[in-house]
Formats: sequence, C-alpha cells, structure tokens
Amino acid sequence: MKYACLIYSDENDTTANPDPLSKEMETIMAGYMAFGGAAGDKILGGEALQPTPTATCVRVSDGEVIATDGPFAETKEHLGGFYIIEAADLDEAIAMAAMIPHAAMGTVEVRPVIDFG
Amino acid sequence: MSESFSHDYGEIIRREWPRVVATLVGDFGDLSEAEDAIQEAVVEALRTWPRSGVPDRPGAWITTVARRRAIDRRRRSNTGRQKAELDLRLRHRLDGSQDPSDVVDDESLLRDEQLRLLYACCHPALAPQAQMALTLRSLGGLTTSEIARAFLVPEPTVAQRLVRAKKKIAAAGIPFKIPPDHELLARTDLVRTVVYLIFNEGYDASAGADLVRAELCAEAIRLARLVAELTPDDAESLGLEALLLLIHARAGARVDAHGDLVLLADQRRDLWDVDLIDQGMMTLDRALRLERPGPLQIQAAIQALHNEPPPTDWEQIELLYRRLLDLRPSPVVVLNHAVALATAGDIEGGLRRLDEPALADQLDRYHHYHSARADLLRTIDVAASALAYRRALELVSSEPERRFLERRLTEVTAGLSP
Repeated sequence: MKYACLIYSDENDTTANPDPLSKEMETIMAGYMAFGGAAGDKILGGEALQPTPTATCVRVSDGEVIATDGPFAETKEHLGGFYIIEAADLDEAIAMAAMIPHAAMGTVEVRPVIDFG
Repeated sequence: MSESFSHDYGEIIRREWPRVVATLVGDFGDLSEAEDAIQEAVVEALRTWPRSGVPDRPGAWITTVARRRAIDRRRRSNTGRQKAELDLRLRHRLDGSQDPSDVVDDESLLRDEQLRLLYACCHPALAPQAQMALTLRSLGGLTTSEIARAFLVPEPTVAQRLVRAKKKIAAAGIPFKIPPDHELLARTDLVRTVVYLIFNEGYDASAGADLVRAELCAEAIRLARLVAELTPDDAESLGLEALLLLIHARAGARVDAHGDLVLLADQRRDLWDVDLIDQGMMTLDRALRLERPGPLQIQAAIQALHNEPPPTDWEQIELLYRRLLDLRPSPVVVLNHAVALATAGDIEGGLRRLDEPALADQLDRYHHYHSARADLLRTIDVAASALAYRRALELVSSEPERRFLERRLTEVTAGLSP
C-alpha cells in the first residue's frame, strides 16, 4: 500500500526548527539521511516545504482567483514536508513514520493514498 | 418456533461467533464482508435449524454457508483480478481438503485467526470507543443494538462507529496479524486495556441511573477469558480475568434496594457471588504459578484481599499498591495507594500524598480524588472535608454516587454546626 507521511511541527519551536546553519539542524538532517538510508526504495517521493510565511492560499470564487497571504489554518503545528512511502500495511507504515526525525519533535500524520488503479 | 428455542439458537450462534468471524476474515481479509456473509448464514440457520435440528458442529455449518455466500457475492461483483486473488487465497487455505468446513477444526489455526482479529479490533490507530465496539461485535458477538444499549448511546451512533472503524481497517491497511515479538507485549496490553475499559463501562457506569450494568461486565469477563485462552503463556491475561471476576463477584452487594451505593466495608457479604470468587481465586492462582508478576495480577491480589473475611489486611494492600506504583505508576494508583496508606493507619501520610500539587492538578477533574480526600479529612478538618465533598459533587455524573456523596456531605456538615 501507498501512504503519505505528512510531517507537522511548530515553526516557532527552535528544537524542531533550528537555524538552518546550526549544529542542531545538522543533527536533524543526519536523522533524515539515516531515515532515507534505512527506508531505501520504500520511499517513493517527498519534499521539504518552505515555512508558512511563504505560503499563499488560492481560492476561486465565481471564476475570480483570490490569492491571500498565509497558510490555510491557524494552528500551532504546520505541514513542513512529506514523504510518499510504500508499506505492506499500516503497522509497517507506522514503524517507518516513527523513524522520521520530526516524529520526535512534532507529529507525523500517516494517510493511505487512494489507489485509482 | 418457541421463544426458548430461539434463545438457544442465539446462544449457540453467539458462542460460535468469534471463531466464525475470525475464520471468514482469514478467508477474505475483510471484516465487513465477513460479517455480511455470516449474517446471511445466520438467517439461513434460523430458517433451517428448527426443521432439521441443530447440526453437530454448528460453527462449521455457519462457516461453510457463510463462505459460500461470500464467494458467490465476490464472483458476482468483482473484477477478474480480485477473483483470481480470491481463488488463490481460498485454494491455499483449503489445500488438501474436500470439505471447506474442515478448516474450522484446526484448533491452533483457529486460535491464531481469533488473535489476528483481536489485534486488529484493538489496533492503536482506532479510537477507544471504536476498539470497544468492534471487539464487542466481532469477538463478543453482540449485535449493534445490544452494544448501543450497553453504552447508553443511540443505535445509529454505534452502527456508524462500527462502519467507520471497519472502513478504516480496510482503507488504512490495519493488518489482521499477530504483532512481531518486539511489539507483542505492548499490543497485548492494549487488548487487555480495551477489555478492562469495557468492564469499567459496565461497573462504574459513567452516566445514568444504574451503577452497574451487569451484562456489560459479564461480556467483559467472557472477553477476558477468551484473551486468556488465546494468550495462554501471558500471566497478565489470566490476571485480568481474575481481577474482573473478583470485582464482579461483589456487584450484587454494591447497590442497596434503593439503588444506593454501598461501600465495600458496609457490604452484605452473603450477597457476594461465591462461585465467581472461587473462579477468580483459581484463575489468579494459575496466573501466579506462571511466575511472571504484573500490574493486573497485583490488582487481582488486592481484590482477593478485599474479599477475605474481616478484618481487611490494609497493610498488605498498601504494600501491593506500592509494588503497583513501581511497576506502573499512574495518578489513580497514587490515589489508591494514599487511601490504602491512610486506611492502614497513616491518615496524615495518605493526605500528604493526595495533596502533592502535581497529583492534585492531574486529578482535579476526577470526582473519586475529591471524595477520597474528603473521606480522609473527616476526622482532621471537617470544613475542608465538606469543601472536598462539594467539589466531588460538582464532578460526579452517576446518580447513585451523587446520592452517596450528598449523604456524606450531610454527615460532615452536621458535625460542623455548633
């Protein structure tokens, strides 16, 4: 089965989101490298996102495009990145999600991907 | 067909239910599909058994009919790919057997299939309410309306809960499998927690007029027994069964003729169920002989001490709570330990523990905390005691408990007046 692992954390929490050039960030990146190595080709794709101040919300109303500043929801934790993984079942997906460094500093939401095939 | 006959059929079907569901889930890998097919088979059974008599192996009979129904449905509606998968799966399972019902007789296979079903129903990715409803439905064989009555919620609510949970199992890929060794202990613990929650829902009815909903307690005990049978090497499963039996044995004495709560110390012991106590003691004995102590066995041992003839050995109970604190600390265990300590004689020591700021904070919304504090304060500070009873009254939701607390409050405030 295919799952999306949506990685949420508090952008103002400097433990989860330290300065990009800091030692702490290096440690986190090493964690992601380790995850990538362990999960191997079970990772089908994924990206890290720029923080929410860079976000723009787009809505179309009566054919008019309305673009507004900011993320969709005012919550404490925001989507910071995602993976698409292949796992035999939810237990394997949970085990993989638990290896994502931000699972220990935020939340990883695991969602099955719809199979249109 | 007379009422009693139909009741007998109901009993037989319920007894066979968990094995049949487990087998069909093993065949088809889908809980909804399995239940639908079994439902059809049960209708068929209720139609034919009164004429032909109950077959020698009713479970095998229902399994065979349900399996045929499920296969028919799939062949009618499915894509070629799914058909091929189904044929492969079934052929593999029925290998070397002419009679599809033979599979039911393999006890170790059946045990594993019920376990797989159990671990899926109690999967941590499901909400507790869904875990309880699914377990009662799939392994307890309760109908949706029985579950609704037991939890005092409308039937459509339970139906929706079950549908959603089954959909999640299928869509999220919750596996029907026995967890690997490194997860097994935690997952089995969770299964026991679900059964214990079901029991508590019946025993400490969180809302409504009745204090004890006995059918739900009995159901939880049946489930605990099933879990103990399915995990024979796990002493804690026997510990849970013993614990529930030993608590439930006192149910008949816990409420008086007016529906009022009776404290353990004031209960009429002749109303206790001696058979249940005997069963509980034997089960606890079996658990202890496995020599793998755990929190549920300790709690069962505490209940066993409560069931001994007076005077109650509070010092021993206090010691057991202290061990429980070492093994599995929780605010409620700290509360129970403090009460045991006070009842064993050290009232101030008990109060000191209850007044720890962290505990007071964690249990502030728990009425048992405030009523326990009020009890301990009665002989020390009547005004503070009354205050604590009032706080407990603000939080309590069960009627008999409310009346009990009101009586207590009246007693202490009588001491307050000049």
